[in-house]
Amino acid sequence: MGGDAAGPIPDASHDFAIWEKRVDALMVLCAERGHFTVDGLRRVLEDMPAENYDTMSYYERWIVSINQNLIEGGVYSTAELAAKMSEVAARGDTYGDATGG
Amino acid sequence: MPHDHHDHLSPSGHPYRPDNDTVLTYWQQMEIAIRELLIEKQIVTAAQIAGQIADMDARSPADGAAVVARAWTDPAFLERLRADGSAATREMGFDIGPMKLIAVENTETLHNVVVCTLCSCYPRNLLGLPPDWYKSRAYRSRTVREPRSVLAEFGVTLPDTVEVRVHDSTADMRYVVIPARPAGTEGLDEAALANLVTRDSMIGTGLARSLRP
Repeated sequence: MGGDAAGPIPDASHDFAIWEKRVDALMVLCAERGHFTVDGLRRVLEDMPAENYDTMSYYERWIVSINQNLIEGGVYSTAELAAKMSEVAARGDTYGDATGG
Repeated sequence: MPHDHHDHLSPSGHPYRPDNDTVLTYWQQMEIAIRELLIEKQIVTAAQIAGQIADMDARSPADGAAVVARAWTDPAFLERLRADGSAATREMGFDIGPMKLIAVENTETLHNVVVCTLCSCYPRNLLGLPPDWYKSRAYRSRTVREPRSVLAEFGVTLPDTVEVRVHDSTADMRYVVIPARPAGTEGLDEAALANLVTRDSMIGTGLARSLRP
């Protein structure tokens, strides 16, 4: 990416949503506990196709990377994740409903 | 706002946070699932997650500004900052974690600017989370190729006599720019000087504020 041609620097900024802050916190806490390193986080981000930078937001790319690192590290299985994601989706249609009490 | 949310309460009876009432995305669903799995497996607690968020929210460019103001006024501190940025900022009580912090100084003939071309590495434990533009593809791509034109977009136009040095951060090494001290500030104390130090001046996309006459 460094050195590629690109347009003007975007000047918009936004306040982070709570789910984004939680992704950030999970990265820091899991790294502190030795479940992956910052290099591991970056490896998955760098392996992503460039299109992901247009189609996904920053913390969306991060949760993908955190997930891949945790599965590779054996923290949980893909089956456990699938079951938990179904359970989450069944709670409701909004983040507020699905995130529980 | 397209509609009013005041009557919209969550199952617990509390109003939704404004960012909680949009349609659940797949990635949000994944965040909730991962967070709950980590709690169930006793890797983290909900309180630790909340605590980490609070710690991160508490960090701001004001922390970095205090370090810069100290460096401007205390030559012995500046020496320690040059020798070991991590240790010198820790000495001021900032918890900068395991990362190696390198302070780079702007002078009349040298301007430093920081980027992370690979991802978004940033001295987050000193300045808080990076601004969106720092993480943008455009900033990361162009800063290493045409730094002067990027700086000009930020309103920083440098004469050719000033060398521009671009620092590419890594996972383990974070840079903070010590901007040049504005002229005419000899009489100011540390707190007043810190007010002149902006976030962008510590990334290198800005200069310290000049003194209003």
